[in-house]
Amino acid sequence: MAPTAEAVLEIRDLVKHFPLTQGIVFKKQVGAVKAVDGVSFDLYRGETLGVVGESGCGKSTLAKLLMVLERPTAGSVHYKGQDIYKLRGKDFKAMRRNVQIILQDPYTSLNPRMTVADIVGEPFDIHPEVAPKGDRRRKVQELLEVVGLNPEHINRYPHQFSGGQRQRIGIARGLALRPEVIICDEPVSALDVSVQAQVINLLEGLQNEFNLSYIFIAHDLSVVRHIADRVAVMYLGSLVEIGTDQQIYETPTHPYTQALLSAVPVPNPVGRGERERILLSGDVPSPADPPSGCRFRTRCFKAADKCAREVPLLEVRPGSPHPSACHFAEIKPVVDTVDA
Amino acid sequence: MTDYRATQERDRGQAPGAVSPAPGTGGTDASAVTPGVTTYPAAIAGGEVGGRPSSLASDAWADLRRKPLFWLSASFILLMAVVAIRPQLFTGQDPYECDLLNSVKRPSSGHWFGYDIQGCDYYTRVIYGARPSISIGILVTIMSVIIALVLGALAGYYGGWVDTLVSRSADIFLGIPFLLGAIVFLNAFERRGVWVVALALTVLGWMTLARLMRSSVIQARDMDYVSAARALGASDTRILVRHILPNAVTPLIVYATVTIGIIISAEATLSFLNVGLQLPSISWGLQIQDAQFRFESDPHLLLFPSLFLSLTVLSFMVLGDVVRDAFDPKLR
Repeated sequence: MAPTAEAVLEIRDLVKHFPLTQGIVFKKQVGAVKAVDGVSFDLYRGETLGVVGESGCGKSTLAKLLMVLERPTAGSVHYKGQDIYKLRGKDFKAMRRNVQIILQDPYTSLNPRMTVADIVGEPFDIHPEVAPKGDRRRKVQELLEVVGLNPEHINRYPHQFSGGQRQRIGIARGLALRPEVIICDEPVSALDVSVQAQVINLLEGLQNEFNLSYIFIAHDLSVVRHIADRVAVMYLGSLVEIGTDQQIYETPTHPYTQALLSAVPVPNPVGRGERERILLSGDVPSPADPPSGCRFRTRCFKAADKCAREVPLLEVRPGSPHPSACHFAEIKPVVDTVDA
Repeated sequence: MTDYRATQERDRGQAPGAVSPAPGTGGTDASAVTPGVTTYPAAIAGGEVGGRPSSLASDAWADLRRKPLFWLSASFILLMAVVAIRPQLFTGQDPYECDLLNSVKRPSSGHWFGYDIQGCDYYTRVIYGARPSISIGILVTIMSVIIALVLGALAGYYGGWVDTLVSRSADIFLGIPFLLGAIVFLNAFERRGVWVVALALTVLGWMTLARLMRSSVIQARDMDYVSAARALGASDTRILVRHILPNAVTPLIVYATVTIGIIISAEATLSFLNVGLQLPSISWGLQIQDAQFRFESDPHLLLFPSLFLSLTVLSFMVLGDVVRDAFDPKLR
């Protein structure tokens, strides 16, 4: 479904620093891990925004912040015009109803001592206004049907299901309150490839059916390309590039995105040798002590003096038709990757 | 499914079908992409229960009912409980009616357990000894488990200063030598009955259970399903009661059943040191201590109370074991 221009979530300058302390009795803050450091974007109704980046770049912290499982150091997230971190009591609970999460690991995200009926029905216990008490069992069975599970298995325990089926239970739980936004924190990373496809297609089908907005966090570039309308690339706590999936996958302008895409294996042996691979040197710097200026400069093949002095803003530039956080952003036609 | 979609759209204030591509398309998509998922391996189809609602407790009971070990241990505990509550049902004699002429007589057809050194009927003494021993064991365990549940759950779940307070207090109590502490505490009381001894043993013994509880709560607290519940808007109480405690009490239950046995023998130790129950009280502990020096000459004096003690302790441990298994769906 084509995304409409109405923003559901507006994320502005979101910052999360985890303090590093020293001393046992008198704790002294000696620094901070800058897990998320100034992230801003909008999520539109009915769209899927993919967030990609390597391990430790702050993707999962971002998901936790959006779910208010962690409170940010600074910044705001507006849902329907209200800052979700300032909501209290009833309004906060109403916001919970509309923003839901699907977690990464289907083996730890379901309480092993609850039956499927309890797990999928729990949202109704917490928000009793959604479903009258006598109606809940039928609702749970409907939800199981929606995600492609046998509604007769309502009395089973999670360990009696396979990984893919468990992830469907998690999805059913996320759908129960009929949210508008679902944050998917690597929902398919723990599944094998054939099951990944089933779950991805299920998510797409549900999006069409219920007009959901997804924030789809993943490290698998081809999965994101398949499902996302827009893609944001994250590096060391901040966004380096954001655009439609075509802009990011076919005309990336940030050197990090280009390097990332050049690492995707090409399934076609014919063009394999002709492709230029960008090899990055070194490791990701510590988020407790990120480099000055551009955070990517220590590993960048384009780095110049300017990069150490000035922080490149995420904006449209002469060399980049979509926002890119690089002083020397330009389209580099290296990347003819995945299933084009 | 159609109904679900319709309500969804109504809630959003949209006309049905206004945004969805074509009626039914989504539904067909969802099922079309899941071939093979609606067919289930026969292996897991065994536990089919259809429409009957089930809960962890009812499933656990259904499981327990089929275990002979459960019936064996439970019926022995029940028997000992009846013995403890109404010893008169099992013996017509008064345990304090003794004749020194009968001192240490061997078991005979009229008096199966023989006589003790005071010439009292030993069967009657052993039967009457069940009450103090078992009630101290159970009282102390129940009180310690309650303390451990509350303190361990609070310390583990909230962390921070609550945890510091609880953990350091536990350390302080662990620093008190058990026997020294018990002697000092119990000597403060002139008359020492079951309650006083139970209180002393609880004060000196709750720490291990509380620490155990704290660590398993910490383990459960960081699980993904707790995050999921919090994301749904569950309150702290709900998260603790529905998600953390059921997944954290298993080690506590198991250790508590062991504790009953430990406490019963600790009571015996204290009685031996003359700071536990006092004569003329009757308890297995007092009887075992009395008998230990005459094992060679009169083995029956040690045999009978020890036999009852071991069987009771063993039953509690076996019961704890099968109950734990029944409440863990993964083992079913």
